Amino acid sequence: MNIYIQIAYLVSSVLFIIGIKKLNKTSEARKGNQLSAVGMLIAILATVVQVEAITLVDILICMVVGGAIGLYIAYKVEMTQMPEMVALFNGFGGLASVAVASSDYWLKTQEKMVDVDIITAISIILSVFIGGITFTGSLVAWGKLSGKVNGNAITFKGQHPLNLILFIVSVVLSVFAVMYQVDPTYIVGLVVISFLLGILTVIPIGGADMPVVISLLNSYSGMAACTTGFVLNNNVLIVAGALVGASGIILTNIMCKAMNRSLISVLLGGFGATSGGGPTAEGSDIVVKEVGVEEAAMLFDSASSVIVVPGYGMAVAQAQHIIRELSEQCEKRNIDFRFAIHPVAGRMPGHMNVLLAEANVPYDKLIEMDEINDDFANTDLVFIVGANDVVNPAARSNPQSPIYGMPILNADKARTVIVSKRSMGKGYAGVENELFGYPNCLMLFGDAKQTITKVVGELKDM
Amino acid sequence: MNLEGLILLLYVLVLASYLGFELIAKVPPTLHTPLMSGSNAISGITIVGAILATNELGYTAFSKWLGMGALILATINVAGGYAVTDRMLKMFKKK
Repeated sequence: MNIYIQIAYLVSSVLFIIGIKKLNKTSEARKGNQLSAVGMLIAILATVVQVEAITLVDILICMVVGGAIGLYIAYKVEMTQMPEMVALFNGFGGLASVAVASSDYWLKTQEKMVDVDIITAISIILSVFIGGITFTGSLVAWGKLSGKVNGNAITFKGQHPLNLILFIVSVVLSVFAVMYQVDPTYIVGLVVISFLLGILTVIPIGGADMPVVISLLNSYSGMAACTTGFVLNNNVLIVAGALVGASGIILTNIMCKAMNRSLISVLLGGFGATSGGGPTAEGSDIVVKEVGVEEAAMLFDSASSVIVVPGYGMAVAQAQHIIRELSEQCEKRNIDFRFAIHPVAGRMPGHMNVLLAEANVPYDKLIEMDEINDDFANTDLVFIVGANDVVNPAARSNPQSPIYGMPILNADKARTVIVSKRSMGKGYAGVENELFGYPNCLMLFGDAKQTITKVVGELKDM
Repeated sequence: MNLEGLILLLYVLVLASYLGFELIAKVPPTLHTPLMSGSNAISGITIVGAILATNELGYTAFSKWLGMGALILATINVAGGYAVTDRMLKMFKKK
């Protein structure tokens, strides 16, 4: 390969790394993303110059089609739908790796009738296998997140033995695919089984665990790209794939910790499959105190510090814009107004931050859990909107609770807590929240957007 | 590929993974969603392999069709991933 092309790939790799490095600072993140995109452009150009002039047309057509679809999705997607989009794109990445690796295999073994050396053959197999699982697994995750598939954990008897059998079969098929390369049956079989495994490994995982799953699939899509790099003997694929793989693993880890779940128990699935009965039944005798709109406005008016705990329910009610107005009303009164963001506040890592940024909340007002948790005790008023499990004190105190041990926001420690909630429904984990019965806790029932709009109205009149 | 070639690629893999872990561990949680969509774009690097796979003459070759399929998918990831990440990062403003 031409030395200039190699240098171009090196430059792209460096730009990807610098791009990620710049994500360490929120103020430079956008530039980082742009540098990364330049790196990608260089890699594409360095590849395009190697191709035959005739095939350039096919390449351009495919890229125009793909580019148009990609841009259309990117500009149309709602910020609440980001998890679905990331899941879908993970799947595309996985399938692209399957297609590239099997194309290489097909070209050599079926069309050119040459043998593939063992290292390349193993790389192809890994690429197909990881990519295949990523593809269908991501499609199931996408279906669950977008509500097209039942989001509950789907479990059946013999699920894990079946997965194990399929895994063993795929190992056997892989060995045959390496040994008898003239016969394409084995590689096709491997593709089919990896697709099946992707579906079977994600359906038992419940909606509450989806942030973990999409992080993990994100990592898989990177690994699939990485193995494709081994197939093509190309460093830039390996560097880029490794970066994505590492990122997915780190995020998976953070999500697991934030929910106090081990990765193994998430993958074995079944969490959220059963609701009702069991230990949750006794909690229903919680007596709550209601608060009206005027009284709530008065509590805001007289506070000197306010922390808002947003949950995904806030985004469902589309209440983020009115909360920003509430923050403006409070800041006019010199009230210290901040947001406490739990790592699993949204439906994917960092989701809540994006939703609030879209509503023009400045990012320096969004404080992460570990930084703000000690401040709750000195806070006059905590306003919980659409969050539930992440403020449930049972996670600290009740070893019987399914969420016991999960790190939570210490909202209950504040002088007064107001909870905006539609009804007394349970959280994502299906657990009763004892905070609602605490003496310092007041319930503001009703649609979050409507009630907060009224509170803001009252504040304006004061 | 021979064994020496493999070792070289493994070097790249190990060092890049290590670097990735170091860098990404420092990304603030605020930016984790853009980080994920940005990784979507970066994993679209398979576009390089897809272009090379599409570079076969004639339309009878199955390998070429696989390459074209891969090329469309990878371009969706690249274009969509970078565009949506930019759209999000644009919204992050300081007071």
